[in-house]
Amino acid sequence: MSDLTRETLVINMGPQHPSTHGVLRLILDLEGEVIAGSEAVIGYLHTGFEKEMETRTYHQNIVFPPRIEYLATFIEEQAYVTAVEKLLGITPPKRAEVIRVVLAELSRIASHLVWLGTSAIDLNVSSVFMYCFRDREEVLDIFEMVSGQRMMHGYFRIGGLQWDLPDGFVERVRGFLDGFPGRIDEYEALLTDNLIWRQRTEGVAVLTPDDAIRYGCTGPILRGSGVDYDVRRAFPYGGYAEYEFDVPLGTRGDAFDRYRIRMEEMRQSRRIALQALQRLPGGPVMVDDRKVALPPRRELVRSMEAVIHQFKLVSEGIHPPAGEVYAAVESPRGEKGYYLVSDGSNRPVRVRVRAPSFSNLQVLPVLIFRRYVADVVVAIASIDIVLGDVDR
Amino acid sequence: MPDDPVAAVAGALGDSVLERVEFRGEVTLSVSAEHLLGALREAQAAGFIFLTDLTAIDRHPAEPRFEVVYLLTAPDARARLRVKVQVSGTDPRVPSATAVWPGANWLEREVFDLFGIRFDGHPDLRRILMPDEWEGHPLRKDFPLVEEPVQFLGHTPNVPSDIIPKTPPRQS
Amino acid sequence: MKIPPPTQVSRARSPHEITDTDVRALEGNFLTTTVDRFVSWARKNSIWPAQFGLACCAIEMMSAAAARFDISRFGSELFRASPRQADMLIVSGRVSQKMAPVVQHIYEQMLEPKWVLAMGDCASCGGVFNNYALVQGVDKLIPVDVYVAGCPPRPEALLDGFIKLQALIAAGSAVRRSRPSAAGKAG
Repeated sequence: MSDLTRETLVINMGPQHPSTHGVLRLILDLEGEVIAGSEAVIGYLHTGFEKEMETRTYHQNIVFPPRIEYLATFIEEQAYVTAVEKLLGITPPKRAEVIRVVLAELSRIASHLVWLGTSAIDLNVSSVFMYCFRDREEVLDIFEMVSGQRMMHGYFRIGGLQWDLPDGFVERVRGFLDGFPGRIDEYEALLTDNLIWRQRTEGVAVLTPDDAIRYGCTGPILRGSGVDYDVRRAFPYGGYAEYEFDVPLGTRGDAFDRYRIRMEEMRQSRRIALQALQRLPGGPVMVDDRKVALPPRRELVRSMEAVIHQFKLVSEGIHPPAGEVYAAVESPRGEKGYYLVSDGSNRPVRVRVRAPSFSNLQVLPVLIFRRYVADVVVAIASIDIVLGDVDR
Repeated sequence: MPDDPVAAVAGALGDSVLERVEFRGEVTLSVSAEHLLGALREAQAAGFIFLTDLTAIDRHPAEPRFEVVYLLTAPDARARLRVKVQVSGTDPRVPSATAVWPGANWLEREVFDLFGIRFDGHPDLRRILMPDEWEGHPLRKDFPLVEEPVQFLGHTPNVPSDIIPKTPPRQS
Repeated sequence: MKIPPPTQVSRARSPHEITDTDVRALEGNFLTTTVDRFVSWARKNSIWPAQFGLACCAIEMMSAAAARFDISRFGSELFRASPRQADMLIVSGRVSQKMAPVVQHIYEQMLEPKWVLAMGDCASCGGVFNNYALVQGVDKLIPVDVYVAGCPPRPEALLDGFIKLQALIAAGSAVRRSRPSAAGKAG
């Protein structure tokens, strides 16, 4: 038997492939069904965000973040706006912070629903896909109510929010969140004790904690291996230090643990959102600093200074001090950070997007080594990548 | 693990630190390329176990032209540290951090792809985001954005980046 | 009083004769049309798109395929994974320079008749991104039948574009020469 020569079969998966969750190309070396080696080729969605953002003002750049990670759009906006506010050294009013937390957690729920739906349909549980998108539509209705847009909102602004909440928002969100645990129970009833789901995900795509740390993984894939790192806990931002929530951790680092973590994260997001709704204060939603925010319209009639501020802000934009900051938030995929370098002009010198999916995807060849081809689908689904985030 | 890993690292590096900047509660240490890997290993031993980010900044036309930036995180002490290396514009080379963190592999490939900075000791340095036969390094300041102008009648700007022009830099 | 007119009965003199009465009676039970119109009707009501989600618009395309907006009531019961089995390419998202040859390859693999719907601003004209990395509109690579604007277009907007494509198919001839792709024309 040892005299037989072995040849590996090189198979290409993607970039157009139903299970790669986007335009990802995998080159697999197969010995039969077993993967002897693999390589992920990315760049099929490279959009030049970072260079594009260097040619616009800080306010014009608000358009780009939701298009980078298009599943958790409010969280992405929160990341960028938090970084600019840190650079300016301002904090938004309390009401704006609390509203941001509510919308960010709803965004996390919406993102995890897409993850669950697409992972399930990869493993041929297509009814879960339909149910998840049914719930996601309710969340998108809330987003549309607030900002006018289902996905690319532009609602979080530097210094606060675009405008205040519409009437009926709190009741609408409470109505959704009250019914949501029943929905998560439905999904868990369909999947968690399902023998096929367990056999496909337990022990598959195992990542040791050491590998996870050394490869720079963050988010559920890191917590699935048991490493307790959540940006909301480690470096609290936007008022997260005041909310009570648990951060679920896994033990075995396999795909099933990551699934359990994300289901629990949806429950915890609901918990945070309900707490935030309860402590929603009154007050303005935009900071009062005239160098950052436009003056209210009625002042333009009375005050010359207001007119000058308006003119300067619209024709030139804000001028943050020279320096660099890094601000991170916890996106559904991991640590999403914005590294801004300013030279005091109205455009950033460098906008670096620390993309969690980029670092997480590096670990894919480790996850699928010596596994079967069918496990590749489960591995990619359990990492939960967004190709816009990977390629930027 | 020390309680103040930033101070521990700064102390351990001593004179290798060329510059220390503190802004908005963040500490940035600049080192030279020879001391880079030693500094990263010191930081890793002091508790900065995460290589959160690895990127570069093009300061053209200032010299040294590039800055390679390493952002490190210590989750137990809840501290972040930025380590920078200045690299000149002619033949930019920096030792590779893949020996310290395997996760630096793709990050360094991205910096090479978009800036043209080579990493000595990298196992597989080639383009990652742009097509393999692409010429040029897009994030360099002398690489244009390549905007397609749109025909408008009148004085409206033809490209989006002309709508609000850049104001001169100002030191605060 | 006037007696009602007698009901029409067939005055056929043998079982093999077909009279005008028979023909009129049959008209209520038969559909007469040209083959062209019939084939176009069949094609427009069963367009199966290829799974070609690129970026953000793909999420709205998934929403259009999901339960609330339900593209399958317009005939797209399934999104085919293989382009060889698909009728339509919905280019949903931005096409980068690296992806451009792949889009052409996928389009060429599709069998006639095939249609292309450019979904969203990026596929129609480059969208928000006027830069080095993106192809400014997928019509620089492949011929497009319908453009749907939006960033991203709502699922209803996608369905509107879909219905317009169906109208195009109904109005056009079923026998159509294959369109050479831009790759074939380029030198």
